[in-house]
Amino acid sequence: MSELSVNHLLGIKYINKNDIDLIFETADHFKEVINRPIKKVPSLRDITIANIFFENSTRTKLSFELAQKRLSADVISFSAAQSSVKKGETLIDTVNNILSMKVDMVVMRHANPGAAYFLSKNVKASIVNAGDGAHEHPTQALLDSYSIRERLGDVAGKKVVIVGDILHSRVALSNIYALKMQGAEVKVCGPKTLIPRYIESLGVTVEPNLRKALEWCDVANMLRVQNERLDVNYFPSTREYAQQYGLDKTLLDSLNKEIVIMHPGPINRGVEITSEVADSQQSVILNQVENGVAIRMAVIYLLASKIQ
Amino acid sequence: MTQKVLLNSKEVNIILNRLACQLIEKHLDFSDTVLVGIQPRGTFLAERLKELLEKEYNTPEITIGYLDITFFRDDFRRTDKPLEANKTKINFIVENKKVIFIDDVLFTGRSIRSALTAIQSFGRPSEIELLVLIDRRFSRNLPIQPDYRGRQVDAINNEKVKVNWKENEGEDGVFLINNNQ
Repeated sequence: MSELSVNHLLGIKYINKNDIDLIFETADHFKEVINRPIKKVPSLRDITIANIFFENSTRTKLSFELAQKRLSADVISFSAAQSSVKKGETLIDTVNNILSMKVDMVVMRHANPGAAYFLSKNVKASIVNAGDGAHEHPTQALLDSYSIRERLGDVAGKKVVIVGDILHSRVALSNIYALKMQGAEVKVCGPKTLIPRYIESLGVTVEPNLRKALEWCDVANMLRVQNERLDVNYFPSTREYAQQYGLDKTLLDSLNKEIVIMHPGPINRGVEITSEVADSQQSVILNQVENGVAIRMAVIYLLASKIQ
Repeated sequence: MTQKVLLNSKEVNIILNRLACQLIEKHLDFSDTVLVGIQPRGTFLAERLKELLEKEYNTPEITIGYLDITFFRDDFRRTDKPLEANKTKINFIVENKKVIFIDDVLFTGRSIRSALTAIQSFGRPSEIELLVLIDRRFSRNLPIQPDYRGRQVDAINNEKVKVNWKENEGEDGVFLINNNQ
């Protein structure tokens, strides 16, 4: 086994195809581990990890915590609401205070794009980006590609459409980097107001019509409408969005082919996808959640092996 | 680098037959016994013993598994080389079974210590035994000894004992390699 080319996981943009292959290969082993009667290995018993979440999160935080605990790491967690950040402390001071308690790795979610990169340049710990604003969410992109590989055998050559709020989505950006790096073809689909102007420079094409996009693709990754990031009205109403860009059973059945349905969660049922679609055989949403733990175990394990 | 032949193909074959007979003496029909090859190199020996027992000694089909100990090793972040994981394949319950760990070379005993921890993830065996082809005497770091051994070898620490298997290297053989000469 080789090792990662980086000491931090800040984004898919900063890693290469060999890193992705290594993470997937390691995740395969951890997937076997988490299906054992006793799902824990002692590898990281001398490592301490701080999970710092300045933004709300349920599944990512739980997934990281579970991954860390299954590797036997010591874990401390806090969210911004309970922290001294509310009292005016800077990010570097907060993190340096935590590192003084002999923490080896920081998993951080922050509302500002580039926060993880900034931290990696200013503190002595391995940094894992658990989502920085509308920038990147690398572990989500890795688990998405891993789930495609698991369902379809390979990512290379597959046609993937990412549907929804591309403008505000860190999942979309990380996914585009990861999928392109592995040789997939990528289209984005959504209201024109939610498609960034530069998007085609990333090697993807834009398809404004959902039906045409679905007829073309092997995999549809349906993004959540991020109401919390929409500072102005980008589309007339949620109802209209659901009519134009929502995926329901009728549309899915009319395609005359089986496509893989993905969603990073949490789902707005009836908006991006209906319950029938979310719970259908074609949906891999719950596999994504399970794979998330294996992928995060792999990332943490591989980064920990590089800590001096 | 010098290489000395410790066992040739014929001698390996004789030893394998002797080990198979010793296993039958203790475990008879293997109804409550499972063979577990320690990854990566113990699996060749485990497969070979299974084949011998079933084909040459007419034992009913024997349950066999592979155990990878990478994530249970005690030298994570202490070696220059990254630890490389292998596949674990244990599709049976080890609860109350007699488990026989099988490895090609017993050296410091640390791999077996890791294997003793790793197997607990699959249940609580009634007992665990250890079978090795080569027992490197005088080099143990831990109080671990084999229940079945093919050949005892005295080697100094910078010498390496390498076991070749016909499935992998084309011919069976055991070699003592000295890198200093």
